[in-house]
Amino acid sequence: MSKFKLISTIKELPIEEGFSPGHGLCAGCTIPTIIRMVTKIAKGNIIVVSPTGCLEVSTSVYPTTAWKIPWIHVAFENAAAVASGVKSAFSVLKRKGMIVDDPFVVVIGGDGGTADIGIQAMSGMFERQDKVTYICYDNEAYMNTGIQRSGATPYGAWTTTTPFGVKSIGKAVLKKDLFSIAIAHKVKYAATVSIGYVNDMLKKLSKALINTPSFIHYLQPCPTGWRFDPALSVKIGKLAVQTGLWPLLEYENGKVKVTVSLTKRLPVTEYLKHQGRFKHLFKKYPQIIEELQSHADELAEEYGFSPLVSTPI
Amino acid sequence: MKVIQKNRLALSGNEAVAYAVKQAKVDVTAVYPITPSTAVSEKISEYVAKGELDGELLLVESEHSALSACIGAAAVGARVFTVTCSQGLLLMHEILYIASALRVPVVMAVANRSISAPLNIWCDHSDAMDQRDTNWIMIFVLSVQEVYDRMIQAFRIAEDFRVRLPIMVNYDGFTLSHTYSPVDVLSDEEVSPFLPRREPPFKLDPKNPITLGAVGNPDYYMEAKVQASKALTDSLLVIDEVDKEFEKKFGRSYGIYRKFMMEDAEIAIVGMGSAMGTAKEAVRRLRKEGKKVGALILNIYRPFAYEMLAKELKDLKALGVMERALSPGGVSSPLMSDLLSTLYLNSINIPTMNFIAGLGGRDITIDDFRKMFSELELLEKGKSKRPYLTYVGLRSEEREMVL
Ligand SMILES: Cc1ncc(C[n+]2csc(CCOP(=O)(O)OP(=O)(O)O)c2C)c(N)n1
Ligand SMILES: [Mg+2]
Repeated sequence: MSKFKLISTIKELPIEEGFSPGHGLCAGCTIPTIIRMVTKIAKGNIIVVSPTGCLEVSTSVYPTTAWKIPWIHVAFENAAAVASGVKSAFSVLKRKGMIVDDPFVVVIGGDGGTADIGIQAMSGMFERQDKVTYICYDNEAYMNTGIQRSGATPYGAWTTTTPFGVKSIGKAVLKKDLFSIAIAHKVKYAATVSIGYVNDMLKKLSKALINTPSFIHYLQPCPTGWRFDPALSVKIGKLAVQTGLWPLLEYENGKVKVTVSLTKRLPVTEYLKHQGRFKHLFKKYPQIIEELQSHADELAEEYGFSPLVSTPI
Repeated sequence: MKVIQKNRLALSGNEAVAYAVKQAKVDVTAVYPITPSTAVSEKISEYVAKGELDGELLLVESEHSALSACIGAAAVGARVFTVTCSQGLLLMHEILYIASALRVPVVMAVANRSISAPLNIWCDHSDAMDQRDTNWIMIFVLSVQEVYDRMIQAFRIAEDFRVRLPIMVNYDGFTLSHTYSPVDVLSDEEVSPFLPRREPPFKLDPKNPITLGAVGNPDYYMEAKVQASKALTDSLLVIDEVDKEFEKKFGRSYGIYRKFMMEDAEIAIVGMGSAMGTAKEAVRRLRKEGKKVGALILNIYRPFAYEMLAKELKDLKALGVMERALSPGGVSSPLMSDLLSTLYLNSINIPTMNFIAGLGGRDITIDDFRKMFSELELLEKGKSKRPYLTYVGLRSEEREMVL
């Protein structure tokens, strides 16, 4: 572990890939990006555990696999528990001199597998302070089963189980705050990351690997579920940050700090307007957009972001 | 734990399990408490705290996570253990299938207990029967000595390359989990060579990456499932082999099943678990009265030794199956269904009766077994008025279905 180096730019990443092309994830899917980064930072000395979900079903269809590093999937609600088992096995076998490696153990799982059905196992793992890094790729719905709402689906969003209609605005309640939930467990490190801010993400992933247990909350724009042009994934990741809806944060040594501060903050409509899942808000429910704006304003106040600017950057 | 003499200890079933786990030098134990199995985890915690067991103890937040953690650890090549029963075992159910399909050698002890509702902490075999089709090896035992011996054997069987399947050692809640008996234990020096550490055939290893837990579409799913199922069927040979080696080295063995006064028996009762000890006593007494009765105690429920059993049962004039589980709305209790298929496939046409007894810890007495044998005697003569499925010790208005 002494050779481990914090990475803060793409150029420092090794060429070797831990994840190969040819998987079945959608065009514009932003899951592979974070996997490639974390496996590169770990220099392949890593075990990845995934719960059931898009990532799992799209990368491991026998007899093919996209994984060039050891990978295990057991079920939907238990990735954290499996990871605890994996880590403890490496610790004890190393202690007994039966193996030499003690690789990074990293969970990479969806928001459903993290915020909902898997939250109990994750909570247990954090509470035990098991030396695992938990990365939640948050596409804000159960995408694998066809875009159903999850506890991480944002307020007002359309999903197949929160359709809009005369009696429905889309999802009627706010998204769960996973970052705070992780911090409440006194994890060693936690951060929010975005595909739009790659260097910020690299730094945070490096820290998360060596300060365990740790939690990375990755907003993962999903063209299929959010209904946008697959060419826009990175842009949407940026807009989420620039509108103040997805603050880039870091929790370290017991303190939360902002890692990318906003000097020019955009109105939330700039983020919402590209996505079909919010289309009904513009047509039928302008008051919900206002509520989302107030929510962003509150976050801006909390994190000291600038007042709104009206034009896109 | 009281030392009676060298290598003879006074142990409860739970303590016997924990002692075997310690001697097997289990690397990772992941547990969640549930009565009547809890004392196993307490004892193991004590061993770890005192430095008597060098292993990781994962005190997880649920049984679901306990088995999940065991799978993760076993996938790295660690020797793993968990213990549970009843609601805990049911909570694990989903993961039991995955453990066997991933071919990881998890060893689990189950202090058999009924299933809610009504909530009931006492023994029956409903919890184990709910796991019948999960592709696990399922052992049932009759005594505290046996639970200790089978626990030691379990690691050897599960880790055998010809098997590579999880294994469940069932020991009756309270009757065995909490009852103290003198147990002849092996020395650590005897256990170590009996349970050699071997490099697993596959494992999670950064130097040699594998993908474990892949998607199996219609092109491959069936082969994967049938291979695992076949491995379970074939494991009978290894179970027997290990038991025989155990006998050669340590002087005790149990077999796939054991027969009690079956040689010339005309009427017999088949069953599993500690109640069969009571059956033996009933047989002993009835024999003194000149009745040609016997008992067959099934030790290995899965894989089911149907060929062997057919040979044992074919000459009987009447057969009863005593079971501590129900299959509501079905033809018969689980073990009975297996035996009925066995008889039919071997064209053995003998009168049979299914006795449901001891649900939720209701007593099964010597007298109950006497009644079962008398009913079988009537059945043999074509004089039984009771339905094929009969309940022992039940309070019911429908008198004819009760013994
Ligand atoms: C116990 C259980 N319940 C439900 C499912 C069905 N299921 C599989 S994946 C999934 C949704 C996954 O959502 P998420 O974790 O957000 O990952 P994503 O598919 O969005 O990547 C569901 C509901 C399951 N496999 N297991
Ligand atoms: Mg999702």
